[in-house]
Amino acid sequence: MTALWLVLLIPLAGIVLMALIGHLRQAGWVNVALAALTLVASLGLALDVFAGGPLLSPGRMLYIDAFNVYLVTLTAFVGLTTAIFSRPYMQHEVETRHISKRRMRLYHSMYQGFMFAMYAALTTNNVGILWVAMEGATLATVLLVSLYRTPEAVEAAWKYFILCGVGIAQALFGTVLLFFAAERVIPVRDDALLWNVLYSSAAQLEPTVLTLSFVFLLVGYGTKVGLVPLHNWLPDAHSEGPTPMSAILSGLLLNVALYALVRVKMLVDGSLHSNLAGYLMMGFGLLSFTVAGLFLHRQRDIKRMFSYSSIEHMGLMTFAFGIGGPLATFGALLHMTVHSLTKSAIFVTVGHAAQIAGTQTIEKIRGLIRTQPAVGWGLLLGTVAIAGFPPFGVFVSEFLVLSATMKSWPWLTVPLLVGLAIAFAGLFRHLHPMVYGDAPEGQLPVRANMLPVMIQLGLVLWLGIAIPVFLSKWFEQATVLISGSSPL
Amino acid sequence: MELGQLSLYDQAILLFAAIVLFTSFVMLAQARIVPLIHTFAWQGTLLAVTTALVAYATNHPHLYISAGMTFLLKALLIPWMLHRLAVRLRIHRDVEAVAYPSLTLLAGGGLVIFSYHVALPIVQLSALITRNTIAVSIAVVLLGMLLMITRKKAISQVIGFMSIENGLFFAAVVSTYGMPMVVELGIAFDVLVAAILFGVFFFQMRASIDSLDVDRLNRLREVDR
Repeated sequence: MTALWLVLLIPLAGIVLMALIGHLRQAGWVNVALAALTLVASLGLALDVFAGGPLLSPGRMLYIDAFNVYLVTLTAFVGLTTAIFSRPYMQHEVETRHISKRRMRLYHSMYQGFMFAMYAALTTNNVGILWVAMEGATLATVLLVSLYRTPEAVEAAWKYFILCGVGIAQALFGTVLLFFAAERVIPVRDDALLWNVLYSSAAQLEPTVLTLSFVFLLVGYGTKVGLVPLHNWLPDAHSEGPTPMSAILSGLLLNVALYALVRVKMLVDGSLHSNLAGYLMMGFGLLSFTVAGLFLHRQRDIKRMFSYSSIEHMGLMTFAFGIGGPLATFGALLHMTVHSLTKSAIFVTVGHAAQIAGTQTIEKIRGLIRTQPAVGWGLLLGTVAIAGFPPFGVFVSEFLVLSATMKSWPWLTVPLLVGLAIAFAGLFRHLHPMVYGDAPEGQLPVRANMLPVMIQLGLVLWLGIAIPVFLSKWFEQATVLISGSSPL
Repeated sequence: MELGQLSLYDQAILLFAAIVLFTSFVMLAQARIVPLIHTFAWQGTLLAVTTALVAYATNHPHLYISAGMTFLLKALLIPWMLHRLAVRLRIHRDVEAVAYPSLTLLAGGGLVIFSYHVALPIVQLSALITRNTIAVSIAVVLLGMLLMITRKKAISQVIGFMSIENGLFFAAVVSTYGMPMVVELGIAFDVLVAAILFGVFFFQMRASIDSLDVDRLNRLREVDR
């Protein structure tokens, strides 16, 4: 229980601490230390849950089960590796882009603020607080997207603010409707938004209202997942903000938004006894998957390109959760993990690549492997992994999703395979010259710590070859929670 | 049910809900910035009054707190902040050309009818005296979105955004007599922070594109050309 509170309190203290000392040279190290402490706490929490099963805090504010505890650990891990990357990267940005002390304080403070919002959204037992935390995550990151104050950055941040703000307002309406349905069957008013209470009385909830509520929640949280056609904010925010932000937006925020959606789906499935929610998610997922794969081809900015790849993968996960069976759910959970590890590693590498070339334009990034082999190899391996090559973990999860599709919707494997091929082609046509092309005269290596990237890609490789027993047991428990039966 | 059969307080709730909806239409048609802010403040005030009436008529004392919070935030603080920003940014005398005003208002009327259609299954289930106003709250949300779509000035878009929040709060009050207190406090905090951040953004926008017209934010495209 202590570990659970620490996971929330460390970043909360970090917000205040960084607001005071965030401009110092050592602040990057403090940020790393805070992230490391949170990771230790989250591991402690994971052990608690692993040994003792689901956890409900006194006062029933927080609720931890197999599904969210693994996301908490993943969030803490990616938070740490990104913090390690952020230290030298932001120092370089301070020197070249003249970012003022005030903005560095804001940056570090809001980094912790964003992490706090993520942990709060994951661990809360209250659907309403989940909404507040998701909106809080937008508010924490919106000023970071505009950190460089270029017209493009301000435009991206404004779009992010307005689109996510209005989008998530739909989710609030969905939450009100959910409360409306729950209040009629749950005797104590203040209990009617608690996940654990809702799940136990899911079967009695009024199906018509819940359907309406799910549609609003899907649009709301779907905006944050980046589902087409609500995705317009995502490539802009990823490409114009500082790269550590892109890494945690892609690796963490999208996951947490999808987590919210899946939680709601579990509830709606319990009430509706039909797969309506699943069909909606399958439709939106497949649309996002296909459209994003096509858009990959027409990008000039390297960060925009990889953010479309994020939309594509989020689409695939939404689709897989929509199919619903144990195999698809297991595949989707695994895909969440490997995607967030791989994508944050890629964004870290891309950040270094952009610093080497001095620009984010794909046409001007050339010959990375000659100038700085570590960065070149990192980008190559990361892209190979995200494109779903064996033996990386993404291959395994995509294979699982494909098999599940083959079993229940054989015709849909065709668009999936075509989509994967299109995305693969889109990534590699841009990647090849960036890694192998001729380096321009006078291109110099930058100070880069590629260790976290290698660790993350190593983990993805490990997950592709053999999933460790404790992890598979975890995924299995989560799958049973979500789909109702075990995949094995 | 006949209107005359309702108690006086219930009739008052319906009347005030109707005026809240009316303010949404006024905002849709209002081209000048300062009156727009004032109309928004009136909407907040009316919302607070309606909430207080619901609290009294249905004997839900916690709604008084919600009403007070709404009054402070939506009727006083946010309008005051917006007004001050408008003066400091020298846009308070601006008149924004509303394209196709009659068409916009007709579309607004259509949205209200649509809201009644959407609310039908909810209303049939509800036994609350406020159930007839659920459609009004959905309409306020949709009209706020219409306001955001039809306007080009950043400040009008913010008012549209806040008006959507008003509609959502109203929906929570009339369909369930308000959300649990923790959640309402959290939402109020988010709205407050959002309002402050919008203010910061006006200055960033002014500094980077030298304008507060959202139309000028057109550098980023979906695909290259």
